[in-house]
Amino acid sequence: MSFEVEQGRFFSILGPSGCGKTTLLRMIAGFESPDSGVIAIRGRDMAGIAPNRRPVNLIFQHLALFPMMSVAENVAFGLKRRGMGGREIGRRVQDVLERVGLPGYGSKMPAQLSGGQKQRVAIARCLVLEPAVLLLDEPLGALDLKLREQMKVELKTLQAEVGTTFVYITHDQSEALVMSDHVAVMNAGRFEQVDTPRNLYRRPASAFVAGFVGETNVWTGTLEEATDGAGLVRTDEGAVFRARVAAGLAKGARVDMFIRPEAVLIDPDGASCAIDGATGGATGGATSGAVDGAADGGDAPLPVRGPCANRVQVQVQAILFDGAASRLLTHPEESRREVMVALPQNRLYDHIKPGDRITVGWDDRAGICFAAGSGR
Amino acid sequence: MSAAPHAASGPSAPLKSGPGMRLTLALFLTPVVLWLGLLIVLPHLDLLIMSFRMDPAFGDEGWSLENYHQFFAEPIYWLTFVRTAGYSVLVTLLTFLVSLPVAFYVTKVVARNTSRFLLTMLLLPFWVSELVRVYGWMILLRESGVLNHWLMALGITGAPVEMLYNDATMIMGLVYTSMLFMVVPLVSVLESLDDSLIEAACDLGAGPWTIMRTIVVPHCMPGIVSGGIVVFMLTLGNYLTPNLMGGKNSLWFTEQIYNQFIASFNWNQGAAFGFLLLALSSCIIWLGLRLTGQKLSRVVQ
Repeated sequence: MSFEVEQGRFFSILGPSGCGKTTLLRMIAGFESPDSGVIAIRGRDMAGIAPNRRPVNLIFQHLALFPMMSVAENVAFGLKRRGMGGREIGRRVQDVLERVGLPGYGSKMPAQLSGGQKQRVAIARCLVLEPAVLLLDEPLGALDLKLREQMKVELKTLQAEVGTTFVYITHDQSEALVMSDHVAVMNAGRFEQVDTPRNLYRRPASAFVAGFVGETNVWTGTLEEATDGAGLVRTDEGAVFRARVAAGLAKGARVDMFIRPEAVLIDPDGASCAIDGATGGATGGATSGAVDGAADGGDAPLPVRGPCANRVQVQVQAILFDGAASRLLTHPEESRREVMVALPQNRLYDHIKPGDRITVGWDDRAGICFAAGSGR
Repeated sequence: MSAAPHAASGPSAPLKSGPGMRLTLALFLTPVVLWLGLLIVLPHLDLLIMSFRMDPAFGDEGWSLENYHQFFAEPIYWLTFVRTAGYSVLVTLLTFLVSLPVAFYVTKVVARNTSRFLLTMLLLPFWVSELVRVYGWMILLRESGVLNHWLMALGITGAPVEMLYNDATMIMGLVYTSMLFMVVPLVSVLESLDDSLIEAACDLGAGPWTIMRTIVVPHCMPGIVSGGIVVFMLTLGNYLTPNLMGGKNSLWFTEQIYNQFIASFNWNQGAAFGFLLLALSSCIIWLGLRLTGQKLSRVVQ
């Protein structure tokens, strides 16, 4: 694999556990050495340079604050190793503690802090050294949900403020999508795709990315025709859908067709078939607030209102109410395949009850096909 | 709890009350109390009384501080005493310096299985009695010993060198004898040290020495102090190793006590020496705890 991180960016590596992302991070930090290849920081090859001499700092999964030292001593640890004078250290420690929102906490012991505060001390301890790259190894994993949501936003704003390059690894796609400028999706030791969060979500490059990032429905079927990145799929149930087709797939190929729940519209004749924005983002789609590079190109806006070529009759099995992320669990008639359909909470669909038969449909460009089984 | 609850103990009665519980407690405590009382407290009380009385052979019955006065009056006594204390502290420090790298290597450097194997190898010599181990050293080091044989065979020395019966050898023997009692507590505290703390320190720019000084040693302090107390007391009270490896020149205070009891039959003087040694070890341990800022209750856990 090969990747580059621009200075000052928030770069995430997203992948299921055991895919090698921690090993990658430890190689950048210098705790493990690669069998082959080059890691360069600010243009300098890092091979053979010990972790304590690299311009990178690592925030450990369990933070690894020194329990026998106070907050100030923890933060001052790295500066002392550089032989800085006592007064200068004191000033910088105070500075950085203020920057992470913990002024006056210097004399506390780590055991007296809450999870979020410990997090900020760990960040301060690294930031005070002004590293070229700050590496973060799933630092939010140990926090509870509420705090995690809060820390996501805090980390993002903190990064924007200090301008240090962050390399963040996580298995939580929401963390990666919300905070990052660029995300690398990693699987079994390889990068599947390196892109902006929005592109990962809308234009996945592989079946793995399509299945791993965000929620998705999968239909298996056979390609009936394929031209120019678009094609016709006959599903195993016998329905025929138009969809985008990944390169290299020819007529007759077995394919998995991925379709996002929020792209599936209820009662498509009455509703607009536009898939972007209009239906209110479901999970992972809420990247619009985050910095989302302009590298989105080639995504022509979809028609606001138009015919939905793909239609299917489904029966509602259950309503999964989850506020703005509410969904319908449905299955096509005479099939056991589960299809998730986003249920916008705009009161238009309040009449839907479990057992109802409804028509759902989606735009030609909403679905995307990859070779069957390639995502597993 | 039994299926049919006792009338006195209703469902809300705490488990530890009731006459049955008290009986069990008494049953368990009796051997301990008997052992402590008959074998520790009673003899010591007797010795304490004895130390304040004169040897009946001198006729003068009654209380006296003469035995303690003797100790300070006779330089050989208190010089041996000071020497023993100083060397015990030295042995404790040396044992710590030797044991820390060993314990660190066993817990943090090698793989888990190797670590178990190494610990067993450390324990193995202690299945043999101290006497046999010290004789082992003597076979190695004496004039006609293994080491001299090889030195001469290789032409490094022309005549055999006497390596036994000096202070350096004695101290080495004492360090060897007590090393395990330092390694075991150190291994247990080091096992509780999170590896990521060491990595974090390294990541923040610390070298190996700084990591030892700022992270490893502070974390290990309870183990160091408890190991230190055990090693110090064992060394101070050791009779065998100084006597065999240091010979007549060893001048260890336990030998003075032995001489009073066995050679001079002056039990009263011996008892006084015994209590002086007890007072000394208590004082030095108290001082050590104060200096390292540790509490005895935390250390003995």
